[in-house]
This record gives sequence, structure tokens and C-alpha cells, in this order.
Amino acid sequence: MATRLKAPAQEPRNAQQEQQTADSVKLTGVGRTFARPKGAPVEALRDVSLRVAPGEIVAVVGPSGCGKTTLLELVCGLQEPDAGTVCAHPAVLMPQRDLLLPWMTALDNAALALRVAHQKRDAARERARPLFAALGLEGFERARPRELSGGMRQRVAFLRTLLSGRPVLCLDEPFGALDALTRRDMQEWLAGALAREPRTVLLVTHDVEEAILLADRVVVMASSPGRVVAELPVTAPRPRRGADPALVALRERALEALSG
Amino acid sequence: MIAVLVLLAFAGGWEAYARLGGVDSLILPAPSEIAAAMWEDRGLLWSNLLVTAQEVGLGILVALVVGALLAVALHFSGALRRGVYPLLIASQAVPIVIIAPLLVVWFGFGILPKLVIIALVCFFPVVVTTLDGLGSVDAEQGKLMRTLGASRWQAFRFTEAPAALPAAISGAKIAVAVAVIGAVFAEYAGSSEGLGHLMLQAIPQLETARAYAAVVLLAVFAVLLFAALSLAERALVPWADRPQGTEPT
Repeated sequence: MATRLKAPAQEPRNAQQEQQTADSVKLTGVGRTFARPKGAPVEALRDVSLRVAPGEIVAVVGPSGCGKTTLLELVCGLQEPDAGTVCAHPAVLMPQRDLLLPWMTALDNAALALRVAHQKRDAARERARPLFAALGLEGFERARPRELSGGMRQRVAFLRTLLSGRPVLCLDEPFGALDALTRRDMQEWLAGALAREPRTVLLVTHDVEEAILLADRVVVMASSPGRVVAELPVTAPRPRRGADPALVALRERALEALSG
Repeated sequence: MIAVLVLLAFAGGWEAYARLGGVDSLILPAPSEIAAAMWEDRGLLWSNLLVTAQEVGLGILVALVVGALLAVALHFSGALRRGVYPLLIASQAVPIVIIAPLLVVWFGFGILPKLVIIALVCFFPVVVTTLDGLGSVDAEQGKLMRTLGASRWQAFRFTEAPAALPAAISGAKIAVAVAVIGAVFAEYAGSSEGLGHLMLQAIPQLETARAYAAVVLLAVFAVLLFAALSLAERALVPWADRPQGTEPT
């Protein structure tokens, strides 16, 4: 039976309702510039506007150095914009590297956010356990991170993100470090996990295919300075297959936008 | 196993040199003489070993607690790190022999001045390794903890403190060797018992073999202490990736 965790601002995906509720994430004319001790300052983002509706999955694709990570850190409140405004519901970051704590078991790593929320260790474990099993990690509760494969570690890291209870998930190239086959598995797994535990998701990736498979909308960015160059809605029904002609056409459009 | 062979070869060479090299056995007793002295004076050596072992054990404990607390304070305060860290380094340049008599004047002939001296020579490696351990946590990890809603204290408790634990134990392992020397110095400066005190008396009594027997005991004790810390490390840091061959067995 499904174990749903509380996900505020989470209503059935429904066009009418999305219009009624406020945006989960709203960036308006955001600019961010980093000063450097030597040389000219780097403009990471220029005039970026982006809205993510509650429950929507938005993928941001772009080349390295287009400010994708800066964008996520702005949404998570880890940075402040130099221009424009950032409004977002409470957001949690899932960095590219899993950053699991080596001294904790997989289950305790997954339950870290609950511990941070002052739950006792046993209570946190019991709350994390059902979802841990439901997302295909059963039997690995007591394993230490170094005993897990790269894909399994990312699953635990995602679960840790999910269990934070934040309505907005910011995923920073979650499968960037995995080999191609594992990445394919993980994309399917993530699609399944989000179907089960719907959240508002901002997914940063450099993989156009991944963006189209997972997202409701793909935002294409260009670098120097980082800016939005295209927005492509993905309306194909789920579960999606990469060979779907509609998706292939979409991929061509995204790649075209990327190559500017 | 190899350590035993190396030790046997070393003792063999020593024995041959002491017998054939023409060095007076009052200057350099042969291993066989040392072994004989160890057996004859076993009661005396044992009771004094207990005294010194207690000093060293407690001294390292004090050094661990003080060193770890200092490292945490330095970690949390940049001002403290800039202001106090150089002084700590400077404190290590002060030869213990110079200040040991002062400590005896202050604290008497009991165990207290010994603990102070041992802690003084031992806390520094603990501070340095622990501070490095606390600072070894990835900056990304800090960001992650913040988005999970962790306070500064929680970030310390869940990420920095566990990361520093193996480092603190490494510091204590480094401290073991100097702790024994520190204990001997402390007993030289003023004491009525302990292996350092025994050595101080044995030399003018022309019981050089007994002094060497005390040295051997101190060396064995240091190795055992090191091994005990390695065991503690295994129990306390079960997650560590331990390469083979770093344990003295």
C-alpha cells in the first residue's frame, strides 16, 4: 500500500488548479554575478525568468557553466540574486554527488532530514523504512554507503531529499556521475518514484534525453552569461519511451536550441 | 611476524657488538644481561611500570579531551584560530626539561605534574589532526545540511564531529610515542616512583642493565598502547576504509 509523505502544496495535477495556486518557484529577471579576486567578474545568470507550478517537473538543460547550479542554489536559498527576485516554496537540494555520510547506514542516511527535524533515531528509522522498501531498497537498510553501488547510493540520496518533506526538490545532475546503463535504469526509477510521491521538481541536467523522459517542461539555457533560450512543453503521456517519435522531434528542437 | 624477525636480528647484532665490540657493559649491557636484569628485578620493575603506565594512560586521556575541545573551539572561531593556533605551535618549541622543575614546584611530586607534562607534549598532535578532521567535511555537504534545515550545531553533530573522530584517534596514536618520553622526563624532574625514577637511580648505582630493562618495558608498553588505540579505532570507526598492513600485530 502506498505510503504518502506529507507534501504541502501538492494537489492532483490539474490545469485549472495549477492556475489557481501560486507558483512553487518564481524567478523574475534574476541576475547573478560573481566577483573574482583577479580578472573580470563572471556573470553566471542574466535576466532569468522561470516559473514552476506546484507538482510540475521542470528540467533545465544547458552546457557546463551556464549557471544551472547557481540557479538551484538561488531556489534553495543558498545564494541571493544580485538582480531580480526569487520566490520559492521551501526547497531541498540533491547535489550531483550523493554525499551520503559514511558513518551512517543507508537507512539512517535516508532518514537524516527526520533526525535534523529532531526526531529520535528509532522513530526516524521507522518512518523512513516503508518508503525505503517501496523504492526498491529493501534489504539494504543496514548497508554502509561504501557497500552500495553508484545507482543505489543515488537512490538513498534521493530518498533523503524526499524525506525532508520540502515541497520543492532541486536535483542537480543527479545521475551525471553514473554510467549510461545505470543512468537509464535510474531515470525509469526516478519517474516511478515521482509518480508515487509527486513533488514539484526542478531538475538540472546536461542530458537532453533525460530531461525529455522525466519533465513536463524543458527549459534550455545557454552560457556566458547563463540565460534561458527556449522553453519546450513535453506533453507525451507517461511512462515515456525514448523512441517515441514525438519525443525524438522534441529532442531535435532542444538540441537545436542548445546549439543556438 | 616480520617485526619479530627484525627484532631478533637487531637483538642478535646488539649481543654480538656488546660482547665483541669492547664496550663496557656498564655503558652498553648485552640483551642477555638486560633479560637477566628484567627477571631478577621483576617485582621492582613491575611496580614502577604500573606507576608510569597510569601516568601515561591518564596523560593521553587528558591530552585527548583538552586537544579535542581546543580543536572544536578553534574550528568554530576564526579569530581564535588566528590568535591562538600560532601560540600552540610556539608552545611546542618549549623544551619540557626547562619547565618540568617549575611544574614540580607548582604541583609537587605527585601524579599531577606528570599529567600536565604528558598532556603538554601530547595535546598538540591531537589538536592538529582533529582540526584537520573537522575541516575535512565537503563544502557541498554543508549546503546539503542547510537545505535539509540543519542548524550549525546539527551540522557539527551529524557531519563534522564523526568526520573528526578518526583524526582525533590518529592524533592520539602519534601522541603515544612522545607520551612515554614525556613521562620519563617528568619523573626525572621530580618523583619517588615510576620507571623514569628507577632509571635515574639505576645509572649511578651501576645497574645499567636494569635501566635498559626499564627502557625495554617502556617500549613494549608504547607498542601495546598503540595497539589498544588501533582496537579502539576499529570499534569506534567501523566505517573506515582501512588499508591492510597498518596495524602493528
